[in-house]
Amino acid sequence: MLHIVNKSPFDRNSLESCLRLAKKGSAVLLIEDGVYGATKGSSVEVKVQGAMANLKVYALGADLQARGVADRVLDGVTVVDYGGFVDLVADHSNLQSWL
Amino acid sequence: MFTSSENIDPDDEGGVIKKFMFVNRKAPYGTIYALEGLEVVLISAAFEQDVSLAFVDDGVYELKKGQDTKALGQKNFSPTYRALEGYDIEKLYVERESMEFRGLTEDDLLVDVQIVSAAEMADLMVEQDVVISF
Amino acid sequence: MPMVEVAGKSFEVDEEGYLTNLADWNQDIAAYLAQEEKVELTDSHWEVINFLREYYEEYQIAPAVRVLTKAIAKKLGADKGNNKYLYELFPYGPAKQACKIAGLPKPTGCI
Repeated sequence: MLHIVNKSPFDRNSLESCLRLAKKGSAVLLIEDGVYGATKGSSVEVKVQGAMANLKVYALGADLQARGVADRVLDGVTVVDYGGFVDLVADHSNLQSWL
Repeated sequence: MFTSSENIDPDDEGGVIKKFMFVNRKAPYGTIYALEGLEVVLISAAFEQDVSLAFVDDGVYELKKGQDTKALGQKNFSPTYRALEGYDIEKLYVERESMEFRGLTEDDLLVDVQIVSAAEMADLMVEQDVVISF
Repeated sequence: MPMVEVAGKSFEVDEEGYLTNLADWNQDIAAYLAQEEKVELTDSHWEVINFLREYYEEYQIAPAVRVLTKAIAKKLGADKGNNKYLYELFPYGPAKQACKIAGLPKPTGCI
């Protein structure tokens, strides 16, 4: 299953709930303001790092660059382009967009 | 917001029944999500799919007993959750942690639900064909 | 919004003729709405109309036709809770036409 989170973890609890309810082996793609959840030095870093033991985390490069945080992506997060976004959607049998 | 209408075409794949889960994560009156979500659920019933509802985070507040919107001038749509059984929508899941974090117990809820752990909810989500979040 | 006049009082209806304010409803209005739908009201019609009013009071929605049929079968018996009986009473659809006469909004998911 692919989970997509597009809200900042400092504004909404979408990422937190997603990480709580995503089954082991699932993928989490961070897009739009959701990419802040993939950056180093934030208060959610530990939580996201911990979740990566069970989940594969991706972040959309264009959204990281636009926000000036492309140079501080957490280790273990895979940065994807729009083509990679499409591949992720195509490679998973179901997905959930967290509002 | 609801862009997956092609997924509930009754003629799709020769009437194969798909598993749909509607995930409710918003409190009832502050935003329109809860009401819109409920309307989509009612419409989905017409397509005779395998529908389940999940109540997570503030979505649990949608099921709180004793809602009274008279002074607010908005419609109290909480009684409608009790109509879902008549629509053959009987799989309602509430995540225990979300409920307990809000100081609620099963007795506070206005309809019969199954209380599940986060891990059980994760299993339920994974087995769906379509998950739509509100 | 269009207005209709019944027994000297005006009431608001929507573009499809459904009563806008549930609380405005009374038997005179039901008779007027039935006339608009070319339905002659009998006790059998009233039984369904009253059932719908009660259903709405309890659940705050107008039921889909499948749900209405099932609920009527449960309460009034299988000889009434079936499509044939209900369509004879309300030829243009029990959920749609009966709801209109009962002063309820158009059923959600009515297709």
